[in-house]
Amino acid sequence: MSWITNFLTSSIGRKLIMSLTGLFLIQFLLVHLIGNLQLLYHDQGEKFNLYADFMTSNPVIKTVSILLYTGILLHAIQGLLIWRQNVKSRKVRYAVSKNPNVGFAAKNMGWLGTIILVFLILHLWQFWFKMKFGTVAPVAYDGVEVKNLYFLVAEVFKQPIYVFAYVIGMIVIAFHLLHGFESSFQTLGLNHKKYTPLIKGLGVVYSILVPLGFAIIPIYFYFFK
Amino acid sequence: MKLTLKIWKQANNKTAGKFETYSVEADEHMSFLEMLDVLNQSLLEQKKEPVVFEHDCREGICGSCSMVINGQPHGPQKGTTACQLHMRSFKDGQTITIEPWRAKAFPIIRDLVVDRSAFDRIIQAGGYISVNTGQAQDGNAIPIEKGLASEAMDAATCIGCGACVAACPNASAMLFTSAKVSHLGLLPQGEVEHSKRVQSMVTQMDTEGFGNCSNVGVCEAECPKGISLENIARMNRQYIGSVFGSQTKVEKA
Repeated sequence: MSWITNFLTSSIGRKLIMSLTGLFLIQFLLVHLIGNLQLLYHDQGEKFNLYADFMTSNPVIKTVSILLYTGILLHAIQGLLIWRQNVKSRKVRYAVSKNPNVGFAAKNMGWLGTIILVFLILHLWQFWFKMKFGTVAPVAYDGVEVKNLYFLVAEVFKQPIYVFAYVIGMIVIAFHLLHGFESSFQTLGLNHKKYTPLIKGLGVVYSILVPLGFAIIPIYFYFFK
Repeated sequence: MKLTLKIWKQANNKTAGKFETYSVEADEHMSFLEMLDVLNQSLLEQKKEPVVFEHDCREGICGSCSMVINGQPHGPQKGTTACQLHMRSFKDGQTITIEPWRAKAFPIIRDLVVDRSAFDRIIQAGGYISVNTGQAQDGNAIPIEKGLASEAMDAATCIGCGACVAACPNASAMLFTSAKVSHLGLLPQGEVEHSKRVQSMVTQMDTEGFGNCSNVGVCEAECPKGISLENIARMNRQYIGSVFGSQTKVEKA
């Protein structure tokens, strides 16, 4: 094997892929949130629909989105492979197991990730797939016709089952981030007496605020639209 | 004090094991291993098979007394090995479950004794320091700052007991390997061949079938010597640095 494949199949190499794709997805969440918060404007979705049109037609964004899909797939597949290998490395489980001072998230990253994957499939099916391949009713602003994604969002979040699913999804993402954020830095080897406490603090704030920001959208639509 | 013990009994790595229940009369001043000695003595007197467990120094420096006591490697006391644990940490009438280290890379030899030679092979993979250091140096001939020397010493306190692997939900040996990588690599003599050493040791660790680190941190919490997770971060960056930043290529065995 070449030194590159050796590295990529080593335990640290695999973890590096998890860390880098994880960090990429972490920053994507913030970008995605900033865009989506435009749904909260009182303009019947004009700003959001124009933004959605830009995001689906701009060639730079289109190129970056390929990177995003690759990142998600790599993170999910690699995660599942690592999880499988980890389970295999202990054939007989303990009868009694007590882990002191260890968070719920850290121990359950595999399960949390799986729930997020299921949520993501639902999410992509509801919005991304319909926007790209389905039929979304158009709306015109100053004579320019764009797809009315705002209307689609409002329709979906009229149904309490989806509001519930999205809020649960965000809680799961919050827990996944609580461990994932700081863990990605540790995997990169960035453990520092000065910076690590800052990274951990930022991680907690980020893991709460970003999913909370997302969760506000379905709740707002359900109760106030 | 009267205790009920649920101890894992397994003849060898080929057969399946199961828990056996024993009762023992112990004194709160006894060490945990002395309590097991009392149990074995009474089993021998009854012409029953004694419980096989590993022990040597009984003062917390050899790393032999590997057992998971009530779900925690080396028992409930922080920063000590099983031999340093005393019965006063338990209550009269309590049931204590004792299991061996459970990891694919640590096959069971018998009962509570596991084969930890995977650790020896990781150390061997690191090789020796071939730099000729000549005569014994004058005290301050090689300047090493105190902080660095302490860090290397802290890593060197690892006794290779395997509690990190036993505690890790993934049975990963990253804390052990990183302690070994660090205690040599932090000092000037060991730094010379550091780049090759880190690659060799990580490659050997992966070959042995340990799980992957997910930065859970139970290893650090359960380590009888308090080895820090900083060592794992150091090994990560030095391994990545060595693979991409040096000429060294290490093949898988």
